[in-house]
Amino acid sequence: MAGAGYIELTGVRKSFGAKHVLNGVTLSVPKGHSLVVIGGSGTGKSVMLKCILGLLHPDSGSIRIAGEEVVGLRGSARDEYLARFGMLFQGAALFDSLSVWENVAFGLIQGRHMARSRARDIAIEKLGQVGLTPEVGNLHPAELSGGMQKRVGLARAIAADPEIIFFDEPTTGLDPIMADVINNLIVDCVKRLGATTVSITHDMASARKIADDIAMIFKGEIVWQGPAKTIDNSGNAYVDQFIHGRAEGPIQMDVLKP
Amino acid sequence: MNLFAHIGRATLAMLTEIGRVAMFLKDALLQGLTPKIFPRQIIGQMVHIGYFSLPVVGLTAFFTGGALALQIYLGSSRFNAESLVASIVALGITRELGPVLAGLMVAGRVGASIAAELGTMRVTEQIDALVTLATNPFKYLVGPRIIAAVVTLPMLVGIADIIGIMGGYIVGTRSLGLNGFAYIRNTADFLEFNDVSSGLIKAAVFGFIIAVMGCYHGFNSSGGAQGVGRATTNAVVSSAILILAANFALTTLLFAD
Repeated sequence: MAGAGYIELTGVRKSFGAKHVLNGVTLSVPKGHSLVVIGGSGTGKSVMLKCILGLLHPDSGSIRIAGEEVVGLRGSARDEYLARFGMLFQGAALFDSLSVWENVAFGLIQGRHMARSRARDIAIEKLGQVGLTPEVGNLHPAELSGGMQKRVGLARAIAADPEIIFFDEPTTGLDPIMADVINNLIVDCVKRLGATTVSITHDMASARKIADDIAMIFKGEIVWQGPAKTIDNSGNAYVDQFIHGRAEGPIQMDVLKP
Repeated sequence: MNLFAHIGRATLAMLTEIGRVAMFLKDALLQGLTPKIFPRQIIGQMVHIGYFSLPVVGLTAFFTGGALALQIYLGSSRFNAESLVASIVALGITRELGPVLAGLMVAGRVGASIAAELGTMRVTEQIDALVTLATNPFKYLVGPRIIAAVVTLPMLVGIADIIGIMGGYIVGTRSLGLNGFAYIRNTADFLEFNDVSSGLIKAAVFGFIIAVMGCYHGFNSSGGAQGVGRATTNAVVSSAILILAANFALTTLLFAD
């Protein structure tokens, strides 16, 4: 598995004080593939994503993108590295002081120094790709519904045509139909860009729809990784428990019984 | 034993906090105040911090100037020195009350709003989003706020000086029966350049304190709405205390001139 991937994590560890969140995550995503990491709340999914993005610094281990070590990058090298990424945040994380089109165009204007008028045209085009009309571009994020905010977040993530896109719980908090709309948009957008993606979710419907490969994280370690098609016959007790949503199994929730 | 544990814990917590602020300050200065510059953000913050604080600061200065004139008249009339009202009002406003009261009012108004805004951006992951869009949050958020506060606070205090002296003039001439012409001449003759400039220097320092504390607490807030509320309170309280402490230090420093 090691060496072939476009995104390669080897033995990534991260602790907060005495709490070990990542206990040596090893993961590989081939170029152009879509990996979905599933796992319960508090298993280290978000921390892993933040380590790859450089928002958090791993305590040890290596993270390689296209063969290049990215842990500890600083200054302009880090900016260049980040410019290859797009990210859709769980709560969309739109800048509420800016209008919708300014949000979508933000990376183009600030990161790539594009003229505002040209960035605006691209923003409107990207909004169209996620099914939003140009008029929406002039609204502010607070005026949009949750599903629309997610779509704007998606448009912002793909605005700069990134090579790698991260999706943090793309369907959490949406109704099943809107969740499916977002899933379809993700599949479409990723195909159009040919991007490599890593998503984290606990929504199995979403995982089945957008994943080429699925990995399961538990207590800061990858306990299973394989093609999405084989998820139902993984032979892994953790995966079986998770995809069937059973309370009984090897994953024990710390619930105090009365 | 328990008492020692308490003292130790409080001391450690305080030292940790000082260290954190120092680290933040380093990033704010080295990253926030070096190119690339965001002119749009700086101008926006100048309007927000400076222009919109004018009514609050103006009213504070006016009433303080008026009250000061009354008090000084009361005191000086006991030894027939009513002519001192104008000069002491001017001195008190420019050297001390103008910068301190403007600083405290702006700390309440602007420090709170900076902490609340950045705190909300932190807990809704907007600050992380900035990073993923290849924009340094120190340059985009912290730098402009510091620059705007350091530039506009002296302007606000300059205006507060004028309004405060005017408040003293109005109270002095209307209700205390002082001669208007003599009042203005006493003010103009007595006031030295140093009186005004030392107040403006203080104001710039206070502006720096307000912006840095607001940004620091906002940046480090966590835990949703409650965390943002805590950040806002801490930003106001810490900048108010630091302003008063810095005021004493600066007064000692500038006293010699």
